[in-house]
Parts: sequence; structure tokens; C-alpha cells
Amino acid sequence: MYTQGLDGKIGPVREAETAEEKEREARFQARIDAEERIEPNDWMPEGYRRTLIRQISQHAHSEIVGMLPEGNWVTRAPTLRRKAILLAKIQDEAGHGLYLYSACETLGVERAELVEQLLAGKAKYSSIFNYPTLTWADVGMIGWLVDGAAIMNQVPLQRCSYGPYARAMVRICKEESFHQRQGYEIVMTLAQGTPEQRRMAQESLDRWWWPALMMFGPPDSDSVHTAQSMKWKIKRVTNDELRQKFVDVTVPQAERLGLRIPDPQLRWNPERGHYDFGPVPWDEFWRVIAGEGPCNRERLEQRRRAHEEGRWVREAALAHAEKRRLRDRAA
Amino acid sequence: MAEDRARFEYLLRLGDNSLILGHRLSEMLGNAPALEEEMALVNVALDLIGQARLFLGYAGELEGAGRDEDALAYRRDVLDYRCALIVELPNGDFAHAIGRLFLISAFDFELYGALRESADRRLAAIAEKSLKEVTYHLRHAGEWVIRLGDGTEESHRRMQKALEDLWMYTGELFTPDALDEAMREAGIAPDLARLREGWDRRVDAVLREATLTRPAEGWMQSGGKDGRMHTEHLGYILAEMQFLQRAYPDARAW
Repeated sequence: MYTQGLDGKIGPVREAETAEEKEREARFQARIDAEERIEPNDWMPEGYRRTLIRQISQHAHSEIVGMLPEGNWVTRAPTLRRKAILLAKIQDEAGHGLYLYSACETLGVERAELVEQLLAGKAKYSSIFNYPTLTWADVGMIGWLVDGAAIMNQVPLQRCSYGPYARAMVRICKEESFHQRQGYEIVMTLAQGTPEQRRMAQESLDRWWWPALMMFGPPDSDSVHTAQSMKWKIKRVTNDELRQKFVDVTVPQAERLGLRIPDPQLRWNPERGHYDFGPVPWDEFWRVIAGEGPCNRERLEQRRRAHEEGRWVREAALAHAEKRRLRDRAA
Repeated sequence: MAEDRARFEYLLRLGDNSLILGHRLSEMLGNAPALEEEMALVNVALDLIGQARLFLGYAGELEGAGRDEDALAYRRDVLDYRCALIVELPNGDFAHAIGRLFLISAFDFELYGALRESADRRLAAIAEKSLKEVTYHLRHAGEWVIRLGDGTEESHRRMQKALEDLWMYTGELFTPDALDEAMREAGIAPDLARLREGWDRRVDAVLREATLTRPAEGWMQSGGKDGRMHTEHLGYILAEMQFLQRAYPDARAW
């Protein structure tokens, strides 16, 4: 998924102190335990609200920043059909971003404020989008691996305790599964193509494999939020469980494609009933998160530039709307 | 057969216009002034690429030389492209990009409306579908022209400048050449001069509401749709668009 639950800082949250407050929190937890959905107007602990704002906004930012690496290939898509599919996919992602910002706004925060945080470099988005798309195979790889990982994480989120987020996920998952299939189809076409196309596919898998595994977030042993988020049913499955599931599903797909997963330690473990896999390069992960990935600067710079260059347009739209309002009132 | 060749040439004009304008709009991805607008422009680009596929696919069938939509899009060089000059121009600022979309959509609105009556029923069907899309493009771009024209001082100045810059490329759309005449006589395409009336009315109404001044009619550039002399920009568009097909000529599928 696109929210790696990375930013540990949701600010100080006042603990329940009085008997009344404790009672209210207990009632809230009882609703969660009974699998009730929490809705925007319901009372919720401040920590729950802030955790959701952090997670949903990271998710929204990821959709928006995630448009850039794929957008890098729109003008160079190899056929008109591929170009049309890619445009449709990117449009879906913009839609997901808008949808998620709206879900976030139900928690009492403005989209403009969230976007400001992103542009100021204060908000996180998925580490995966800080990697470059160098060849056309990367567009396929993003669909197959990145959207595949996103689905893996988002399916359980359809049962998230917060209603608006859970409902957003239902729709988003449907579109993501289309994205994943088109990505797999691109990779398959390349894998069955000329030696040069095969090379392109294999090289791309080599570059994207580990960053894709990092998408599930740090190992459970280092994940600061997992326990509380699981208790609140914001999160249903741990990072490591999801990562394992992703590996188990993806390895046979790579085998079908005749592509090699770049992990010498990868092997089926019949006792566990899972694939064992080598250590994820977590130092790279933390570096990318800290802003030193190959494209962190460029991605943010592009969003900032579009925001700045669009300022006069947004101001004009507001000014025009105001003129209209005054004219309508005068009429 | 001669008539098939002429229709092929005519369809290239329609297809190339959609393709190259779609290409330009897709360059706005990641550069739009707001997220909603980014979505809208990508959506318009998607419609245009869809139209290009229909026009070029049909053109390839008429030609009968085994070229499909991709062969036509990706294996022709500047000399064989037949788009109007206006679609080749760089996007420029948002006023230029949206102003161009407005002027062309107003033209396509008239053209596709008339092509619904074409003696070529397949072309008529494509026009029918495209008209629905272009109606939305025209409304969307027109609303922006009004917002920018009647917005702030800066937006008004930019929008007026965009119109002045684009205006000399509008004449080519309406000036019939021998091919346009042949298509009209065959009942396949409308009289271009007659489309002008509706375009003028529609454009003038938007400019009036936008408090913008219609640029003076001066010299009009031409040379795109007949392939006589494209802009320098087209070569770069094709170099980018055709890169993979050119770099991997042995690849049979993508």
C-alpha cells in the first residue's frame, strides 16, 4: 500500500485521565471490537483521528506523486493502445488522490493544508515513487509489482474501522486490480518479445524488486504504530505478513514469465508453506524515506513548480467566482 | 481507388490533429494548476487519443497497404504528417494551452457536427462519438477562457496574449484546399467556409463574456494539413513519441 506508516510524529496526544474520559474510550474500543464502523460525526480519540489523518493523507499524496513516474512515459508509450491505457490509469490515480483527500477532510483537516505539508517536504508519501522510470518496462513493473503490492495492502483496508476510508478502498481496489493486470500484461509482452525486450523486462525487475518489498513498511519489529493501529482496526494485517503474502503470490508469476527474482536466498520452504527470502536492504529504505532516494528532490520540485506556476490560474478562478457572486447578487 | 486515396489523406488530417493535440495535452500531466484540472486535461487527452485511433485505424484500412493505427502514428516522419500547425505549437502557459484547446474544440464541434451527415457512414459514426467528447472539451476550455479573461489583471493579460499568439494559426482550419473541395463534392466532408459562421458566433460569445478582444484578422499561417511546411516543433514531438518503435524496430509487440 501507499502508506507505510512512516512518520512517527502525530504530535502529543493527551491521555484519558478522568473516569469519564476512560469510560468514553472504553466505549469506543468496544464499538471497534464489535466491528462497528466509525463515522465522521462519531466521537473518536484524538490519537485515532490523527493516525488516520496521517495514514490517509500519506496515501493521497502517494497517489498524486505516483502519477509522475508513469507520466514520464505517456508521451513515449509504444502504441496508441498503451498510451490510452496509461492515460486512463493515471487519471484513475488522480481520482484516487481526490477521493482520499476528501476522506481525510471528514476528519476535520483541509486538503489545502495537507498539500502545503507535502510541498513543504513535511509529509511522507510512499518511498517507491522516488525511483526513476528509465525504460518502458518500468511502466509494466509499476503496474505488476507496485500496484500489486498496493492491492495486497488495500484489500484488508476495505474492512478498516473508519467508514469513509474503508469505502474509498472498495472503489480504489477495483481500479487497482485493473492496473495490476495491465502492468503484468506489459511485462508479459516484453518477456515474450525480442531478446532486447526480455532484457528490458529482467533489468526492470532487478531494479524494482526490493523497493517493491519495502512498500509494506519497516519490519514489524521496527514498526512503531502496528500494535495501536491493529487494536483500532485501522490496520488488519502486519507489514511482515503482507510482505510474505506478496512474495508468495509474485514468485510464481515471475516464474510463469520466465523472469528471475534478484534474490539468491529465495526458496520455497515447505515447512512454513511460504517462500523464504533474503534480507530487504533496509538501509536503502531509510535513506529514501529520509529524502535521499534517486528522485525525491525531482518529484517534490515538480509538484512545487506546478503549484507555483498555477498560482495565477487559481487566483483568477477565485477572482472570477467572486465577480460572478457580486453580479448575481446585484441582479 | 483514387477516391479511397483521397479519403485516406483526409482521415490522416483528422487523426493527426487528434493525435498531436492529445500528445500536447498529455504533456500537461504533472504540470496543471490544480489536481481537478490535471484530471480533466488527462481525460481530454485520452478522448483525443481514442479519436486518433479510430481515424487512423480507418485510414489504414482504406489505404489497404497493411498499415494499422500504430504504423501510421509511429512510422511516419514530419513530411507525411497532416495535422494543422496549431496543434504542434508548444503548450506555453496555461492560457495558451487552454486557449488553443478552446479554439480547436470550437472548430471540431462544428466539423464533427457536420460530418455526422457524411456520405461515408463509418466516418459519420466516428464523428457522432467524437462530437459528444468535443462538446465537453469546448465547454470546459470555454469556461476557463472566461475565468481567465474575466479574472485578475494578470490572467486577463495572459489570456489576451495567448489569443493574439494563436490567432494566426486558426485560418488554416477553415481554408479549403483541393482535397477539402474534393471531399465536399463527394459528400464526405462539409464546406469548411460554412463552418466558420458557427465558430465565429461561439468564439465571439465566449470572448465577450471573458471581456477579451478578438484579435484582428491578419496573415494566417498554413502548411500543416497539406504537409507543405510544418512547424519545427513537430519533429521533436515525433522524435519523442516514436522513440521506442524507432529504437526497437524488431519488436513485433509491445
